[in-house]
Amino acid sequence: MNMPLQQQTPDARVGEIIKLAVLAVGGQGGGVLTGWIEALARAQGYACQATSVAGVAQRTGATIYYVEMTPQSDQAPVFALAPSGGDVDVMIAAEMMEVGRSIMRGFVTPDRTTLIGSTHRALAVSEKMAPGDGIADADEVRAAAEIAAQRLILADMDRLAIEQGSVISSSLFGALAGSGALPFPRAAFEEAICAGGKGVEASLRGFAAGYDAAQGDEVAAVSAPVEAAGGKVNGPAALMKEWQTLMARIAAMPGPVQDMAKAGLAKVVDFQDCAYGGEYLDHLDGVLARDSAARDWALSAAAAKYIANAMAYDDIIRVADLKTRSTRFDRITGEMNVEEGQLVELTEFFHPRAEEIASLMPAKMGAKWEADPRRMAMLDRWFNKGRRLRTHRLRSFVMLHLLGGLKGYRRRTRRHEVEQAHLTEWLRQSLAPLERDYALSVELLKCRRLIKGYSDTHVRGLSKFATVMEAAKLLDGREDAADWVARLREAALQDPDGKALDGAVQTIRSFI
Amino acid sequence: MAERSFKAEVEHLRKGAGDTFTGEGILAITKALLENGVGYVGGYQGAPISHLMDVLADAEELMAELGVRFEANASEAAAAAMLAASVHYPIRGAVTFKGPVGVNVASDALANLCSSGVNGGALIIVGEDYGEGSSIMQERSHGFAMKSQFWLLDPRPNLPSITKAVKDGFELSEASNTPVMLMVRIRSCHVTGSFETRDNVAPPLTVKQAIANPQSDFNRVVLPPMSYVHEQDKIKNRWPAAEKFITENKLNEVFGPEKAPLGIVVQGGMYNGLIRALQRLGLADVFGNTEVPIYCLNVTYPIVRDEFDAFCAGKDHILVVEEGQPEHIEQQLGAFLYKAGAKLKLYGKDVLPMAGEYTGQVMLDGVTAFLKAAAPEMLPGKVRAPNAEAPQIPDLSKTVPIRPPGFCTGCPERPIFAGMKLVEQELGKHQITGDIGCHLFGSLPPFEIGGATMGYGLGPAANAAFDGGGDRRAISMLGDGGFWHNGLSSSIGNMVFNKSDNVVVIVDNYYSAATGGQDVLSSRAHNDTKSTGNPISAALKGVGVEWIRQIDHTYDVAKVRDTVREALLTDFKGPKVIVASSECMLNKQRREKPLRTAAIKEGRRVDVPRFGVDADVCTGDHACIRLSGCPSLSLKRLDDPLRDDPVAHIDQTCVGCGNCGEVADAAVLCPSFYRADVVHNPGGFERWRAGLRGRVIGWLQERRAGKRLSVLETAP
Repeated sequence: MNMPLQQQTPDARVGEIIKLAVLAVGGQGGGVLTGWIEALARAQGYACQATSVAGVAQRTGATIYYVEMTPQSDQAPVFALAPSGGDVDVMIAAEMMEVGRSIMRGFVTPDRTTLIGSTHRALAVSEKMAPGDGIADADEVRAAAEIAAQRLILADMDRLAIEQGSVISSSLFGALAGSGALPFPRAAFEEAICAGGKGVEASLRGFAAGYDAAQGDEVAAVSAPVEAAGGKVNGPAALMKEWQTLMARIAAMPGPVQDMAKAGLAKVVDFQDCAYGGEYLDHLDGVLARDSAARDWALSAAAAKYIANAMAYDDIIRVADLKTRSTRFDRITGEMNVEEGQLVELTEFFHPRAEEIASLMPAKMGAKWEADPRRMAMLDRWFNKGRRLRTHRLRSFVMLHLLGGLKGYRRRTRRHEVEQAHLTEWLRQSLAPLERDYALSVELLKCRRLIKGYSDTHVRGLSKFATVMEAAKLLDGREDAADWVARLREAALQDPDGKALDGAVQTIRSFI
Repeated sequence: MAERSFKAEVEHLRKGAGDTFTGEGILAITKALLENGVGYVGGYQGAPISHLMDVLADAEELMAELGVRFEANASEAAAAAMLAASVHYPIRGAVTFKGPVGVNVASDALANLCSSGVNGGALIIVGEDYGEGSSIMQERSHGFAMKSQFWLLDPRPNLPSITKAVKDGFELSEASNTPVMLMVRIRSCHVTGSFETRDNVAPPLTVKQAIANPQSDFNRVVLPPMSYVHEQDKIKNRWPAAEKFITENKLNEVFGPEKAPLGIVVQGGMYNGLIRALQRLGLADVFGNTEVPIYCLNVTYPIVRDEFDAFCAGKDHILVVEEGQPEHIEQQLGAFLYKAGAKLKLYGKDVLPMAGEYTGQVMLDGVTAFLKAAAPEMLPGKVRAPNAEAPQIPDLSKTVPIRPPGFCTGCPERPIFAGMKLVEQELGKHQITGDIGCHLFGSLPPFEIGGATMGYGLGPAANAAFDGGGDRRAISMLGDGGFWHNGLSSSIGNMVFNKSDNVVVIVDNYYSAATGGQDVLSSRAHNDTKSTGNPISAALKGVGVEWIRQIDHTYDVAKVRDTVREALLTDFKGPKVIVASSECMLNKQRREKPLRTAAIKEGRRVDVPRFGVDADVCTGDHACIRLSGCPSLSLKRLDDPLRDDPVAHIDQTCVGCGNCGEVADAAVLCPSFYRADVVHNPGGFERWRAGLRGRVIGWLQERRAGKRLSVLETAP
């Protein structure tokens, strides 16, 4: 029988192994970054090993690169091939949810990990698909990162790189240098980039931006203070006078309502004219008269928002108007980085159906045509096909420009009649329970959020809205009615076909 | 042309004696093949050994100089069958494919090869796609070695060990007349490191020389009664010869103190993971010198009993570290011990999990549990009695979304699925099977089209039960890679023969795209050493398909939709096949971007398209995303208090494929999308005309702006 073995003193050199993991989304250049780190370590006299997973996972999926290094000696060290939870010195995550994933997987621990993360978002399909707002909460990830990391460097590495005409791998490499987590001087990092030999200039600029971000305090989110809508108004004197009158009416409103009312007024006036803006304020006054400071004017604030959205509905005239403004052309030129000497050609994608054409007819005529399937079929034959309008050309531009100028006629259209009726009915239904259940009225007003989109999507939105308003009648009188309406609305925004909403309605029916 | 070029790296393969090679595992394997006088190489691409095929293809010139034949085989079965050259001729051959799915496909040829036995060294290099990053079902290739009696090498994951395994593999194969499988795991294929090179060696007998002097021997044919003799030969001669070679050449390694009450048996491929666990427990130093004896199985099949017995002598506790299930090695060792009446305790899948990858944490936990039971005094104090409580890190599992792979930006397959989704909205859900390839991403959100996948090229075959027809026709997906791999006969031929009334959509993106953009028979690119440009539709006609629709521009969503609808509703009886062809965008961009940049630099007129969304027109319903899922089509929150939901937004990575506009049109979504073509280096007339248009448009805009209040200038 052998003697039992004793615990030995751990090898100090094991602790010297630097373990670095990169968590990236396929296509972000994680391989390039890993190659630089490897070249850097070897050039600095380190034994280094890198591993990666090439394959299907790299096509837009999340993937991990892993590097270990230790000072070179005459013997070959044994390195691990993949990161272990609780045993990572430097974690580089190339996107905010990947920062979260690295924490979830235990690669970030307070005793040792320097976490370098990019705060930008590359949204996952599940986040983008929801008809409502399905974007994951980055603040939760940030809060977790602050607890989990020994040292935290967070900045929008993607933007920093793009501003320098480079890609995120360079700014992350810069941040790694700036973090001081590796025992190498800045120049050594830059040499690794130069040795790579591809796009060196841009990479070095991206590197410098990342370096500075890591050296300085955390880069504050750059968002210029946005001027409240309606803050900068100009136009012909007569119209300005009308505008001032409208603004004066808002000034007389309770404080908590004013900002939303200003934004709403601006939207409605932009949609139509000052007279229409006046009607907007009339509707709002109607709500204010039944509201009070007791609930901090929550009802009126909600009304200010959703009445404006309801009044500025998305008809062809509005779309044509927005598409032909000079501000739009300027915006596109900027977004597409158009330089001097280059031209921009624009193609718009329209697909009018009989419904849109009929809605543009005078109210009575439109109603008649809509009620007649043969006429609608005829309209479909004439109009229902995809139309690509080349709006940099005069023909298409002038056509849209003329359509966009039909504001004077808009109020006589079938669409306007339908929208007005809908608005009136929605306000009536929403305010009906006001005296008994203030909160329920507020929630009902907010259900207007469900109506959005064009054509079929718009129809589905209307039907969801109707479903929620109908279900609300079942709830009337219950203490938790407002909560349930809010829940129904959230459910309606979860999927396009209203499956979650149907489920929620079923639940309500089960306990009513 | 493959997605990644190794042209530069391939030059390192010319290194000779005394040089040091530094680079990736797959390149090291290629170099080792050349150093060991390989006569022919081949294989079929698939992660994680796709790049090995790419390296071989890029090294074709160098190999030709040495007289080495490279074949890009049609499938793994074809690759394994190629090793038949080593049955009669003393030529070393190596093929590569992924495991275990590639081994599944190859198993017919492998079984025959193993029965016949080999004369020249036959090496099968398998990239074992198991654990994180794997794209397939989680199984092992190990069982194939056991059933067909070939030998399995699983070397330690470092370049010197892997390259040595290539040499050992050939020699073992020749010493035992048995094919040898060299298994490399996902991360071993791309592990970087260095090894001392030797000179490349031309094969002593080339395939060209061999064919000049043909040989045959009916004793090697798998026919009775020779096949019975083969079986006896395997057991009586080849196996003992293999054991002898393994022992004499010390293919397996023993590390650590000679005398100890406990030891660990480990697969070579898991060695580094085990050492890391021991390092973390203070039981191994940075170079892997260990306090716990380790018997490292660089050969995981067969297990040499004498070696194992010698390792166990004087030990009371043995741990087997064996990743994956079933636990073939542990069962074998347990049988050895039981039959010998041994008293020592065997640990394995009790302290370690039966299923799943042995990650760092799993390994640490397993080794710790083993030591706790076998030798608690060896464990560091903090493990025996932890005193510091780990800090609580908030749970993010509900926050962080999953990120499965999906179609790339501008992928030509996206509009195919968008079109199919529109048909589904119109005609209802259909029975759909998928296939292996990028198009399988269509089964994920947002499309969720396609259910089961039964194997490469087997999409339509997987719908065979429904070939008899019914109320609704079944649809199967098939890629061009799968079509040529197996689909033409097993799927299409099967449909024709059985008078299927179903529908097939063949996604033809000009490459075997999911594996890295290798050429296939129907690729459009010119390839010096391969025959490309053989149309799929011609092959379809050849096997008797009458109803064929060719779509040459998959981005035409309306056409895809109408064609699929026609296939589902037509009165025609018989297989209906739609070939939807557009080039893989990843490869197209790689090909065209440099040309475009050069053209712009040279001052030629170039039109660069990109899509955009008018934020004020978009209502934030995200219907477009539910028909796209494109990475460049994302969302953006507006600084507008009136808006609740984020609106669609297209970032600068858009390649202007056209899908957004087509979908907005075909699905009648909304008018928010626009395409902006930025014209670089426009001509003189063009500039003049644009100037004129700009002045008229500007005048109209100014005129209208002057008549109204501008109130929303600050809104986006």
